[in-house]
Amino acid sequence: MRRARSGAGAVAVALAMLAGCTSEEFGGVGGDVAYVDTRDALPAHAPQRFGFGAEAPAARVAMWDIDVKPDGEGLPAGSGTVAQGQQVFATHCVACHGATGTEGPNDRLVGTEPWGDWPGSLTVGAYWPYATTLYDYTRKAMPQLTPGILSADQTYAVIAYILHLNGIVPEDAVMDAESLPAVRMPARDRFVLDDRVGGAGQVR
Amino acid sequence: MSRKDEKRLSRRAWIATASGAVAAGLIRTQADAVRLDAQQAPLAAPDPTKVPGRFTSEVGSRAPGVQPRRLARAQALSSASQSPLQDLMGIITPSDVHFERHHGGIPDISRDRHELLVHGMVERPMVFRMADLERYPQVSRLYFIECSGNGRAGYTRDGMRPETSVQALDGLFSTSEWIGVPLSTILREVGVRDGASWILAEGGDSAMMSRSVPLEKAMDDALLAYGQNGEPIRPEQGYPVRLMLPGWEGNAQVKWLRRIEVTDRPTMTRDETSKYTDPLEDGTARQFSFVMDAKSVITFPSYGFALPDRGWWEIKGLAWSGRGRVARVEVSTDGGRSWADAVVQGPALPKCTVRFRHLWEWDGGDTHILSRATDETGYVQPTVQQLWEARGERTSYHFNNQRAWKIARDGVVTFGLGELV
Repeated sequence: MRRARSGAGAVAVALAMLAGCTSEEFGGVGGDVAYVDTRDALPAHAPQRFGFGAEAPAARVAMWDIDVKPDGEGLPAGSGTVAQGQQVFATHCVACHGATGTEGPNDRLVGTEPWGDWPGSLTVGAYWPYATTLYDYTRKAMPQLTPGILSADQTYAVIAYILHLNGIVPEDAVMDAESLPAVRMPARDRFVLDDRVGGAGQVR
Repeated sequence: MSRKDEKRLSRRAWIATASGAVAAGLIRTQADAVRLDAQQAPLAAPDPTKVPGRFTSEVGSRAPGVQPRRLARAQALSSASQSPLQDLMGIITPSDVHFERHHGGIPDISRDRHELLVHGMVERPMVFRMADLERYPQVSRLYFIECSGNGRAGYTRDGMRPETSVQALDGLFSTSEWIGVPLSTILREVGVRDGASWILAEGGDSAMMSRSVPLEKAMDDALLAYGQNGEPIRPEQGYPVRLMLPGWEGNAQVKWLRRIEVTDRPTMTRDETSKYTDPLEDGTARQFSFVMDAKSVITFPSYGFALPDRGWWEIKGLAWSGRGRVARVEVSTDGGRSWADAVVQGPALPKCTVRFRHLWEWDGGDTHILSRATDETGYVQPTVQQLWEARGERTSYHFNNQRAWKIARDGVVTFGLGELV
């Protein structure tokens, strides 16, 4: 829950910053620009609801709602071990990511040096702040040529293996809906919110 | 020598010059100079005033020989192609050369079967078909879209190759009229619950591109766009419907949109954590860096062109800001020592592109030309040294620094930033 709270705090800061930006954006309009911003496109007599579209049954929502949140919300039942994941990796991943997750030709997965082999080091060990992202992304987009082919067990397993290759979990680790969100990623504290703002003299 | 021989000789000479120049890969001039890249010998056309013209047709085509082309990179599922900025006029990008960035290829989606699910922290989870979305009150607005990786090729000292075109460097940038329904209208329809602060937008491509977006932006000027420049949005741009986040990085403007979940926190997807974040020299990385800051690029003269003679030339370019309107564009023709206000073609629209022009008498000497934009917040497009100072040379994304073109004595134009740093 500690993670969830810090996430909420980050959100609040982000929103405050964004509010600061957007309040500037449409102020100070000068010159002879005859442009009407149409954000408020709905006329005053528009109804609160038009009734177009159909209400989505819960089953329909459940079928498509497959994302995973940093606190683990959305993770399915199932589990996988590092050893099982090695098999999954050998079958589905090596062609693009290499035998040890470092050879490519696609993204390098393994590495812990923050600037090692830059820019090829956006690795799981160096640059992924949440372990849950591995599930969200793998389930949606991997393997690239056959996305969605892995079962929940296979997905947990291959994530366990990738985390182990990065030295983040031990060889006997088991990943499931409980253990995956509890993995503390080395890059968790690398990320800071965007502090760029408009205005004179601002270079960030 | 007969007149016919003379003609043949000059034609042969022209071909020799043209093919040599083309082989060198350098020479090209704008329409008012000799076009050496066309590789078409000037033919003796029949006098069009003495020949009946063609009839009307259902679908037109460009003038013969005119087809601007994207620079299509590696044929891979995750790839990009760049708009030919040096070949375009005005601010609108012809839809067939709008830049592309796909992470899982271009999906084949049936407009009639496509559905958009909106759910999460809402009163009524709903499914919208395209006919539903198109029935809502419509808006159309002009906006640029820029990939936040645009300009990466010329950011580092090592990367500043003279043989870099504006297309290769900055062609992940296009401008269109976008037509659709404000996302705020749809969120009003479903009823956002108290406590919601973000949305998750998810695409229907094989990468299921997913990005978290603050609810404030969704309720502000975000659109669900289904039209582009007078016709349904192109498959490469997200047919049948995409998210538009005016002024924000292209990646967050999820194409082939099929799901929006209203949430109280970001989902922390791959493309907002390990991608599309900006590593800084101190080891931290900037996250949710959505806004595209003010930027300008000179499109003529630029690499691939050559000025055939000294004298009057018009420097032309594009400028934009994700924080509002472009207020000013300045041009330097002496390597950044002095600056003059360029003419900015109005109307300057918020989060859109302007064309700028600067009339210049070239004295025939070596020089560098630069441009810098200022937006209505007062933000000035920085130098690359300023960005290096602020972010380091190893950062990624948001490369909005000033660019420079070198004009050599022989008129050949090359990317010249490397000589100025």
